[in-house]
Amino acid sequence: MAEPQPMLALDGVSAAYGGFQALFGVSLTVAPGEAIGVVGPNGAGKTTLMRVISGLIPPRQGRIAFEGQQVGGWPAHRIVAGGIAHVPENRRLFPALSVADNLRMGAFVPAARGRYAERLAWVYELFPRLKERQHQLAGTLSGGEQQMCAIGRALMSGPRLLLMDEPSAGLAPVVVEQVFALVRRIRAEGFTVLIVEQNVRQMLELVDRAYLLDVGRIRMSGTAAELRANPDIQRAYLGM
Amino acid sequence: MDIFLLEAIVNGILLGGVLALLALGLNLIFGVIDVVWIAYAELVMIGMYAIYWLHVFYGWPLLAACAVAILGVALAGVLVHRLIIAPILDTAPINQLLATGGLLFFLQSLATLLFGTNFRNIGLKLPIIEIGDMFLSYARLMAFVVAVLGAILLWLFLSRTFTGTAIRAIAQDRQIMGLMGVEPKRVYLIVSALGGGLAGLAACLLVLQYDVHPYIGLSFGPITFMICVLGGLGNLLGGFVAAFIMAQIISVGGFFFSIEMSYVLAFVFFIVLMFVKPQGLFSK
Amino acid sequence: MSDRGRFLPLGAAALALALVPLFGPPSYVMHMAVQILLWSFIYTAWSIMGRFGLVSLGHGAFLGIGMYVPALLWNLYGVTPWLGIPLGVLLAVLSALVIGWPCFRLKVVGHYFALVTLALTEVARLSIIAARDITGGSLGMTPKPVPGGHSWWALQFVDKAYFFWIGLGLWLFGLWAWRAVDRSMRNPALEAIAEDETAAAAIGIGVTRLKLEVTLISAALTALGGAAMGQYLQYLNPETHAGIGISLQIVFAAIAGGMYAMLGPTVGAVLTLVLTEALRIAFGTTLIGAANTIYGVLLILFIIFMPRGIVGLIEERLRARGAKA
Repeated sequence: MAEPQPMLALDGVSAAYGGFQALFGVSLTVAPGEAIGVVGPNGAGKTTLMRVISGLIPPRQGRIAFEGQQVGGWPAHRIVAGGIAHVPENRRLFPALSVADNLRMGAFVPAARGRYAERLAWVYELFPRLKERQHQLAGTLSGGEQQMCAIGRALMSGPRLLLMDEPSAGLAPVVVEQVFALVRRIRAEGFTVLIVEQNVRQMLELVDRAYLLDVGRIRMSGTAAELRANPDIQRAYLGM
Repeated sequence: MDIFLLEAIVNGILLGGVLALLALGLNLIFGVIDVVWIAYAELVMIGMYAIYWLHVFYGWPLLAACAVAILGVALAGVLVHRLIIAPILDTAPINQLLATGGLLFFLQSLATLLFGTNFRNIGLKLPIIEIGDMFLSYARLMAFVVAVLGAILLWLFLSRTFTGTAIRAIAQDRQIMGLMGVEPKRVYLIVSALGGGLAGLAACLLVLQYDVHPYIGLSFGPITFMICVLGGLGNLLGGFVAAFIMAQIISVGGFFFSIEMSYVLAFVFFIVLMFVKPQGLFSK
Repeated sequence: MSDRGRFLPLGAAALALALVPLFGPPSYVMHMAVQILLWSFIYTAWSIMGRFGLVSLGHGAFLGIGMYVPALLWNLYGVTPWLGIPLGVLLAVLSALVIGWPCFRLKVVGHYFALVTLALTEVARLSIIAARDITGGSLGMTPKPVPGGHSWWALQFVDKAYFFWIGLGLWLFGLWAWRAVDRSMRNPALEAIAEDETAAAAIGIGVTRLKLEVTLISAALTALGGAAMGQYLQYLNPETHAGIGISLQIVFAAIAGGMYAMLGPTVGAVLTLVLTEALRIAFGTTLIGAANTIYGVLLILFIIFMPRGIVGLIEERLRARGAKA
């Protein structure tokens, strides 16, 4: 039986920041409906990986296919219109815009504008807290609320694949719990998710499969259970 | 209160409307693209000449001439961005200011070349309105009303549309605009067109009140920059309020002293305030 | 090469230049030469601060003050320019202090600095116009001529050679001032400030004080140049000598020549004056504005394609060749 066509497929992707090469021939796949995690130490190239997929950095080499279409080298605005939304590291909300305006920015792509009202109602339903705070400036939200807003903003474009870069970074442990609950909700809504996290233990409870990225190369991959059982992973990331 | 002083105050409010419109355009460009178009007032001058030319030479109806002027200056704004600003967007910001300074020379001399140094006016005689013992110019009143309407329209555009929201967002985080599906280059062009269009609208309002000549830009260009800095460069609301403050100083100052002295007062006020609040009147 | 060795050819060149008027060149050539020398001095004066990222549009004010103070004192009270010029320079320095000190203390830089100094220029221009009873307003004014037209007391000379020598002296003085700033400890510190003000302050550089020093030097020299220009032209006009137009003209010439090199502003003066003259001759007076239209376009092109100016470009080429050899 032929494998189902992956939603996202990276094949031998290299990328550099200025003169510094951060990714070396990375290959990975994400099937529709899957949740995939990428773990790795600081500086492993995780954020670069996300940025290459969403078009913020062009790949130097290799191919990136999304739903069968080659999207490598497309500018970011085309990729988000194509169906990939990226929740960036540190959330990157527009602090001086209201929550509602931040969500409106998420629906900027032409295809999303027509369904703006409908999706806004849905995001408010998912995150009632955002509705309460819709007129508040995003910069005044708490960390957890900001993460909600960032995810909501990404959902407003109607993506089929959601990239999440360190959603729990910089948040208090209690809030981290809430954020992982949010991610679970997103999964339950049927979104395909590619998530990068420092918080390996919690992430491995959440995803179907995961990749280990180290110094720009994929070192290991497998189901969440396999990685959890791996002695190296246990020693390095799970503190066992 | 002295009726003439009251008249000066009311005239100051009316003048403030047009200055506010100019400040809005300049601030929009600064806030989004982070450049100062030092030739902004010269774009207004082109608009004034366009109206004069179409209306007086070709006998177009004034409204049609105004509409063409607004569109024409909007297009000029796009060209300024494409030809002058875009190639040097990544160099020191002061280069962009100076390059548009070259444009200032160019437009002044072009106007001299095409129209000579004569003062021209469209020969429209608008009535004077008498309220009690006060005399107010109908042209000024109309300019004020249109300027305020223009500002309201701009506000609606910025707050209610996707593009408007992107314009407000872009200065807060340029790098991630792509993730929102926004192409900054396109936003810059839209803003340049908008800034040009506002200059064109200001031209329509000014041509009703003043003669046009190649150096007219110098008479309200500098004051517009001061207004923008006073309100905080890029701060639309700040610039709007600062325009009315400066207009009041000019109008009331002109009542007590000469018109030049009133401008001197306005600039001195500006310099002094810069030392108290260097980031603009409304900075925290 | 030692400084002495470097200055020997310059000294010889200056001496040779000083002899030029003795051969009785045509009046037009002398006129151009005087203008080039005086403007070179003024552009050099601007660049003394401009090269450290302090782009001032306030030099129209310093120029205008330097011009009008001696002329007004002469016309109103018969005070000799020998006293009037220092007073004008002093007033220019004071206005530079008033605007510069708060600006630098409050870290007003970039656009803001350019626009604040532009306000100063406008104050100068409009004040001159407002005082039209004594300055003639926008129509301009003429210092009262002395009988015969030649007087050291009034600093008025019919023979352009005198102004040539004055101009030459000022120009050399300007270059010397540039060198003096370079040689003092100021230059590296100022370059550090231009690079990163906060970091410079962190390593103990007195940012405010240093910026103020070059600003005051620059303003004083500009006012001095303005005074000489006024005495030479015998005609002063607020629109051409004190407004935003002249401020931009100074900046442009300095940039076109290359404000980072000692002789850059001089090259800028030669270039802009020769260009203006050539365009004026080419188009005559039939097409008023044609010359400046082209001038405006050239300025835009210069800033887009040669932001370091002609001398900067030449230096770059030489370095490239040196690296290859």
